[in-house]
Amino acid sequence: MNDMSKKGRFGQFGGQYVPETLMHAIEELEAAYKKYSADGQFNAELEYLLDEYAGRPSRLYFAKNLTERVGGCKIYLKREDLNHTGAHKINNALGQALLAKKMGKTRLIAETGAGQHGVATATAAALLGMECEIYMGEEDTKRQALNVYRMKLLGAKVHPVTSGTATLKDAVNECMREWTNRVSDTHYCLGSVMGPHPFPTMVRDFQAVISKEARGQILKKEGKLPSAVVACVGGGSNAIGAFYHFIGDKSVRLIGCEAAGRGVDTFETAATIATGKPGIFHGMFSLFCQDSHGQIAPVYSISAGLDYPGVGPEHAYLHDIDRAEYVPVTDDEAVDAFELLSKTEGIIPAIESAHAVAYAVKVAREFKKEDNIIVCLSGRGDKDVAAIARYRGSDIYD
Amino acid sequence: MIEISKAFEGGKKAFVGFITAGDPTLADTKRYLEIMQDSGVDIIEVGIPFSDPIAEGPVIQNADVRALSGGVNLGAIFEMVEGIQKKVPFLFMTYANPVYFYGYARFFARCRQAGVSGVIIPDIPFEESGEVKEVALNYGITVIDMVAPTSEERIKKVCADSQGFIYLVSSMGVTGMRQKFDADISSVYARIREVTDTPVCVGFGISTPVQAGEMASKCNGAIMGSAIVKIIEQYGSKADEPLRSFLTEVAAAVHAV
Repeated sequence: MNDMSKKGRFGQFGGQYVPETLMHAIEELEAAYKKYSADGQFNAELEYLLDEYAGRPSRLYFAKNLTERVGGCKIYLKREDLNHTGAHKINNALGQALLAKKMGKTRLIAETGAGQHGVATATAAALLGMECEIYMGEEDTKRQALNVYRMKLLGAKVHPVTSGTATLKDAVNECMREWTNRVSDTHYCLGSVMGPHPFPTMVRDFQAVISKEARGQILKKEGKLPSAVVACVGGGSNAIGAFYHFIGDKSVRLIGCEAAGRGVDTFETAATIATGKPGIFHGMFSLFCQDSHGQIAPVYSISAGLDYPGVGPEHAYLHDIDRAEYVPVTDDEAVDAFELLSKTEGIIPAIESAHAVAYAVKVAREFKKEDNIIVCLSGRGDKDVAAIARYRGSDIYD
Repeated sequence: MIEISKAFEGGKKAFVGFITAGDPTLADTKRYLEIMQDSGVDIIEVGIPFSDPIAEGPVIQNADVRALSGGVNLGAIFEMVEGIQKKVPFLFMTYANPVYFYGYARFFARCRQAGVSGVIIPDIPFEESGEVKEVALNYGITVIDMVAPTSEERIKKVCADSQGFIYLVSSMGVTGMRQKFDADISSVYARIREVTDTPVCVGFGISTPVQAGEMASKCNGAIMGSAIVKIIEQYGSKADEPLRSFLTEVAAAVHAV
């Protein structure tokens, strides 16, 4: 395959695998991003929105009770759950919405899994006075009914996607089809560090604020770098955001937690790096869960936000060069961590983020008491309460 | 294999027809492909079904679902196509991942063995096509380039080294029947002609003999997919006669131009 010298590549991964009908839009976006990412006024406007509207910088909280319970090193939580709309997704949604507005686009479309990115996009659209249409797998509209209503409340139109497996990957397919259909006034506000170039780079840049803040915060609080940064990985946007400014710090272990579902030795998993193979899909050369004929495999996780058969190309690259490690975390482990953090710290994490908490609890014991690790708490768990109740056998619906 | 250029010999307008392999079964597909070449289809596109066909509208998406749920796979498709005595050029139309997964060299070697002249892979645009074209060329297989209504300045590079024919997408969006077409076909055609003499066929949305004739009159041929697949959707394994009569009618309209 191609190398780093080629546009939009992370090592051999990445690229621009989209139909000719989308190339014009992709090139237009690439040029606009290049222009505005270097534009002082654009960056000032975005920073204003992130600070005054979304509530940044997010806190780096020392989870004392959890640390004591675990008995390992100090565990810090990067509180992306405290952002407006309750997840890291708003960082990217505001960035892309503002960019789209500058490009003269009047309409945003977006895919969503758990609904967090859909809510963030609908929020940014409402704020900036843009039209908004969200594509969500029908399966996910049932799992996350409250988020569907939330998006509608924000003025967005929600399209349940019934094709394929009716989950996140199918919502992405539908968005690409819809974007092809209407590129002139529409921007596809992709929610993760995936898809064709420039999305993986652009979304990473918008999420890198997480590690930019966290690096400064931990140095101030602890006077030293963390031993590890731990984040959950679906497409991988909160993880790359949490890793980015630590990539050059070789002593910091970067740990991505994939959704193993019922286990990586079952077919009911979404752990792409653990079980996937290289392939070309959704605009990129990366790793994908696929069957023995190169068909994209149905994936499963209790978490609708990690239920994706691929992973962003920069993660595939960081894995390839051994800079980051990727570990599978099962539904059971994630649910246990969901409950543990709620009880010890009074913080209900998103079930996605609970995957990171679950592994952090294990890895914290590998370090000395005076060391510290940072867990990216990518979102809050209110949206998951009913699903976890059902998982534990209570018949509750939201 | 038969050269793609044979379909355009003597300035003839080409009728390019598409169906999905394995819809509803591979045995049906084999029979339908034979009917196609006997009913005036000049170039045949055999769709290799993919789980996530992002350039397709609902009709071909559903055909892919029917084929895949019937258990069809690439090996079986190659065998089926190899078993056809070809009278016109055959192409495969599929997505990047099944080809990449099978291995480019292995895929194009099998194409050659099966008598398939070329491939259309919509999610490999010009910029990413270098590697796949190089391997295809080694086996004498043509990779078809696509031009969209929004290609504009891109036409120059996309068409410069085009082979076989250029697939001109009539409209934005996905495959499937439509009433109106976005692109001013004649002006895009003229623009392509400034770059190359490679024949140009228009596809996406053509569903009637009249539309096919009109489109073919503006370039070198008309491509039809969803409208043919729709007949198979309706008649399943008993589509022989409806297919024959529809294809004959479309071919007559295209060839009358």
